[in-house]
Amino acid sequence: MTDRGTAFADPADVSTRLRAAGYLPDEAIATVAFLGDRLGKPVLVEGPAGVGKTELAKALATALGAELVRLQCYEGLDEAKALYEWNYQKQLLRIQAGAGRAWDETADDIFSREYLLTRPLLHAISSPTPTVLLVDEIDKVDFEFEALLLEVLSDFQVTVPELGTVSAVRRPYVVLTSNNTRELSEALKRRCLYLHMDYPDLEREREIVLARVPQVPAALADQLVRIVRSLRSLELRKPPAISETLDWAQALIELGYDAVDEGVARATLSVLLKHRGDLRTAGAHLTVPDRAAT
Amino acid sequence: MPSTAGEVAASAAGRQLRGLPSRVLAFAHALRDAGVPVAVSDDLDALRAAAAVDLLSRRQLHEALAATMVKSAGHRVAFDTLFDVYFPPRVGDGADGQAPRDVGEFLAELAARARDGDDATLRRLASEAVASFGGVEGRDGGGPEYFSYRVFRAINLAGVARRALSEADADDAEPLSRRLLSDEVEHRLRTFREAVDAEIRRRQALRRGADEVARRLVRALPEDVDFFSVTADEQAEMRRAVRVLARRLASRLAVRRRNARRGRLDVRRTLRRSLATGGVPLDPAYRPRRVTRPELLLLCDVSGSVAAFARFTLLLCHALQGQGARVRSFAFVDTVDEVTDLFAEHDAGDALRRLSTDAAVVWLDGHSDYGHAFERFHAGWADAVTPRTTVLVLGDARNNYRATNAWVLADLRRRGRRLYWLNPEPSGSWGTGDSAVTEYARHCDAMVECRNLRQLAAFIETIA
Repeated sequence: MTDRGTAFADPADVSTRLRAAGYLPDEAIATVAFLGDRLGKPVLVEGPAGVGKTELAKALATALGAELVRLQCYEGLDEAKALYEWNYQKQLLRIQAGAGRAWDETADDIFSREYLLTRPLLHAISSPTPTVLLVDEIDKVDFEFEALLLEVLSDFQVTVPELGTVSAVRRPYVVLTSNNTRELSEALKRRCLYLHMDYPDLEREREIVLARVPQVPAALADQLVRIVRSLRSLELRKPPAISETLDWAQALIELGYDAVDEGVARATLSVLLKHRGDLRTAGAHLTVPDRAAT
Repeated sequence: MPSTAGEVAASAAGRQLRGLPSRVLAFAHALRDAGVPVAVSDDLDALRAAAAVDLLSRRQLHEALAATMVKSAGHRVAFDTLFDVYFPPRVGDGADGQAPRDVGEFLAELAARARDGDDATLRRLASEAVASFGGVEGRDGGGPEYFSYRVFRAINLAGVARRALSEADADDAEPLSRRLLSDEVEHRLRTFREAVDAEIRRRQALRRGADEVARRLVRALPEDVDFFSVTADEQAEMRRAVRVLARRLASRLAVRRRNARRGRLDVRRTLRRSLATGGVPLDPAYRPRRVTRPELLLLCDVSGSVAAFARFTLLLCHALQGQGARVRSFAFVDTVDEVTDLFAEHDAGDALRRLSTDAAVVWLDGHSDYGHAFERFHAGWADAVTPRTTVLVLGDARNNYRATNAWVLADLRRRGRRLYWLNPEPSGSWGTGDSAVTEYARHCDAMVECRNLRQLAAFIETIA
């Protein structure tokens, strides 16, 4: 186990390999992803929904040739679901099947690896092959679980009372994502590299559209991302995310448009925006230029 | 003498490396002074990160330090500003030695670039503008605002925007593309303005040293900005921050209920657990209590005297309602009206505008009358307060010497779960003049000073 990872040569290398994996990072993302490997620290990615936080972890796994282990967080997530659990049914069967045997023997047997159900965290730690551990939406879990996670992430080991301590054979590359529904504890933040991911700038989003929906002509892609950016500057309940831009591009292609004018935009806005109020606001914004040139 | 030259280069490089850690530490110090929480362990991480990246790339160093020292998006602005001061960009734009530009010619170029320029072009223009119109080198005193004022006295950005748009009009008549263009011109000019400010800081830092400039730069972090002095720039940020706080408030109220634990015995899970102990239920499992949605009732003073605060409280109402918390909002000046529906449908800005037309909050003269408003509320909606309701009153309790009707609060407190009052006035002036704080505070679980987001966040922590 090494502290200093050497999977990536420099941020430019990260960028190239993520691109090969179908993810277009900007320089901030590439630098932090590089440092995550080099310093051996978990990367905490925060930002609005749909900017590609989870995608980043997936692309990193591809770029590193690693297995992606995903722990989806939700309220009430506990150790049994995240770390490990004994397979009671199987243990019970074993006890009944060996009814005549000495208890010590049976006990040794039923508390062995064979009866252990590994959950994502233990799996990521004990895996001998390279892994990327994605802890998705960490802000959803309770404080107790955050503390547990803290322990796992700082030592990369898990203690199973009946078995002993399982230490990481290889440190997994850890990515945590958060939608910022609550403030994470200072201790957790301190252990992580912090990456705030926002909506991409024009050039990057255009590139993403062109890469993901290759049928889109360049001029249309340009128009799309400009409109989307204009909409994001509004006060919307749910601003359009990257995935929605892609859906919109796809929809326009299916409908056979190769340019967007006012009418087309208004007719297809519902792909982009999911709230009635938002649609109204956006419609008004796109049709009446409030600062007409004088 | 190649060996000596080599030695000189080597020692220069050595100094460089010794110089960087001390620079990073001075930077961390300045961040702490600005209120950004940077732990000592973060310093160490920052140094390790700086050592790992390519120091010739300023952008990489920037992101590496940001990843290790900034732990919250709201602190990024302060970080970026100070970063420019401590790690100024190299002067490669050729603007320094140049002759001052003619204003008219410069404005023409800026207008053209506002239509189609990229960020690098705008930065170059910004540095030219500061060189030509800022006069930073000629003067020792004066903060960054002074030089910024000088630059923008010469360059009227609104005028440039108009010019850029009117020149474009000829070849673009379609409303959609006009709208997009106007958005982009606005965006580019904002970039330009920020670049001008950054350039001024760079020149000052060059002249007077980073620490000196950093001290003058300490601007309040978003959570410390007084509600009464929010600038247009800060408002958007504030709105974002309020949304986060609202979400937190809603979830804290829910968590509190969840933590009231130990519900009924869960037979199924108890039995399953007992298998581990040979069928003896040593470790009984309980069904957690059902999570109920928090109920919140907001009573907001929206009169002129607290207008700035009211805008914020209404944002809070709006955001809370968006969180799926069961919230009922009431607004009052001298009488009270329910505004829940107003917020359910519209976006925040819209709702604020419609508040004055659609809600009946003024009865007599438009001066705050807490007594009358409370009385009307009690007559009309008292039964909206149930044992599960938390009541939040938001206002300065300046009652224009009218009857206070404090018994209403006493009654609401009896009916509800909790009653809190958030007061935007500094606690020092509570109870002076026409303030009825003392009379009202007696009937509240707590009356809290709430002038900025930090205080609001602290309040949220205490109630949940």
